[in-house]
Amino acid sequence: MEILVIVLAGILIGASVYLMLSKSLLRIIIGTGVLSHGILLMLLTMGGLKRGGIPVLDDSVQSYTDPLPQAMLLTVIVITFALTAYMLVIAIRVYKELGTDNVEEMKGVPRDDD
Amino acid sequence: MMTDIIPLLPVMIPLLAGIVMLFTGRHNIFLHRVISAAAGLFLVIVSIFTIIYIANNGMVVTHIGNWQAPYGISMVIDMLAALLLFGTALVTFTVVVYSFQSIGVARERFFYYPMVMFMITGVNGAFITGDIFNMFVFFEVFLLASYVLITIGGKKIQLQEGFKYYLVNVISSNFFVLAVAYLYVSVGSLNMADIHQKLSAFEGDTAILTLIAVVMLFVFATKAGLFPFYFWLPDSYFAPPLPIMALFGALLTKVGVYAIARTYSLFFIDNIGFTHQMLLFLAILTIIMGSIGALAYTDMKKIIIYNILIAIGVITAGYAMMDESGTIGATYYLIHDIIIKAGLFFLIGFIIYRTGESDITKLGGLIKIHPVTGWTFFIAALGIAGVPPFSGFYGKLFITESLIDNGHLIAAVIVLLSSLVVLYSVMHIFISVFWGESMDFTKLKPISYDKLLFSSFIMIAMVIILGFGADILYPIFESAAQSLYDPASYSGYLLEVE
Repeated sequence: MEILVIVLAGILIGASVYLMLSKSLLRIIIGTGVLSHGILLMLLTMGGLKRGGIPVLDDSVQSYTDPLPQAMLLTVIVITFALTAYMLVIAIRVYKELGTDNVEEMKGVPRDDD
Repeated sequence: MMTDIIPLLPVMIPLLAGIVMLFTGRHNIFLHRVISAAAGLFLVIVSIFTIIYIANNGMVVTHIGNWQAPYGISMVIDMLAALLLFGTALVTFTVVVYSFQSIGVARERFFYYPMVMFMITGVNGAFITGDIFNMFVFFEVFLLASYVLITIGGKKIQLQEGFKYYLVNVISSNFFVLAVAYLYVSVGSLNMADIHQKLSAFEGDTAILTLIAVVMLFVFATKAGLFPFYFWLPDSYFAPPLPIMALFGALLTKVGVYAIARTYSLFFIDNIGFTHQMLLFLAILTIIMGSIGALAYTDMKKIIIYNILIAIGVITAGYAMMDESGTIGATYYLIHDIIIKAGLFFLIGFIIYRTGESDITKLGGLIKIHPVTGWTFFIAALGIAGVPPFSGFYGKLFITESLIDNGHLIAAVIVLLSSLVVLYSVMHIFISVFWGESMDFTKLKPISYDKLLFSSFIMIAMVIILGFGADILYPIFESAAQSLYDPASYSGYLLEVE
């Protein structure tokens, strides 16, 4: 099970690298999203996937899943959400101001109109 | 027992100030200025008090929510963190005061001051946290605020470079999570002191830690701007207006260096021959690349930005040694560099705002109008190059001594030669801007600049104090460096808990 998820995380990270190497702003942002999904899957797998009962204090439960990676995962999801939202807004502004969504053309020091 | 909140003040003050400012609305700029300056001043007072307290009583530990370490999150202020808090507080206060006359009303209306405060929240939090995942969270806090700061105002170059800055930092933050995940699965703890104790007691194969060291170095080298991950730094720092540039240049890269020092002293203690050697190698290459950049440009902003890289390289070289004199020198140089970089950015900012020009070939003869500023710049140039008795000298002395002691002669020579490059590049600015053929003085902008100079003078005065008071301050820096070269003294607080 763990091996399978780790391979899946690898595929996701590979896809995200492909997306981030493309020239379109939107694809790059989607790429960062996919990258964080891959990394989060790794984080989740690090705690062990199905190791027994739920992590609730109970004397009868002998082996239980490590809750800490899941707690960290939630934190990272929230942070990634905020970052992606902000960056989508910036991408719209970049497109409006620079008139392009092609990162090839974002070089040098652009002059402001004012 | 209640959670002791006093050590949390460096995080709480800017956070509360920022939130209060958000609620006062965006048209009351005067209130924003007063609140942020007051918060900055309060931070300075708190951090001085913290330094004195720690010098007398040893380090301060707070367990958040009274969850005992290593299970809960601990906030640990040792002397190193306290000194960095002081540097951060000083930079915050002066940048805020500097911004009154330089950042422009339009940006102030769009929550510039709250964003500065939120960024300081994250920076201070990253310094005082004793938990590696919590450090990631604070990294994200200040990075998110810095994404806003780099694009605030919406100039074309800011949007363009802000996007690249975002992309680079998001990738490295994701790898930070990955490194934390690896670390957690191999050690089984997130508390940095606990990880250190577990690793020093561990006897078996620690090959996986070398891998984690490389991933962590990738993360922090990207934040700090070490070779080869500094490629984004010169362009991105060039984009925002000067107060923000000063804030970034003085603080953000230093957080990366601090994180490298912390993790490399606490976690990666087994395979020093590989990990620390790699660190030294990258540091030396950073110095060389920074030197090339500093000599290549005639734009004042670019020259100072490349000087950041040189300083980062020198500090990292000191930390790569991880012995007593190396860490003392690097810690001293770290504090020195926070202050002098902010001061230099303020001074060239003054020149740029006064003349409207940042290319030194188009300036000249300013000493006739601004003699005091000119000579202050001269002192700053001597200070950054490390001419005794100014503060840069002592840091480089200890770092070079440590490099020679450990047999890295080439590295020592490069560190010394880099001082010459720094001296040349900054003196080049001084000579072309303040001496030489007079420029057309009628083109000077009629701005009010007393607050710009006020901030600059505070920083340069601090450089002089730090230089002349080096003897008195030595015990403070030694106890700061002790938690790096003798990490057991840092992780010792866990023993008191149990």
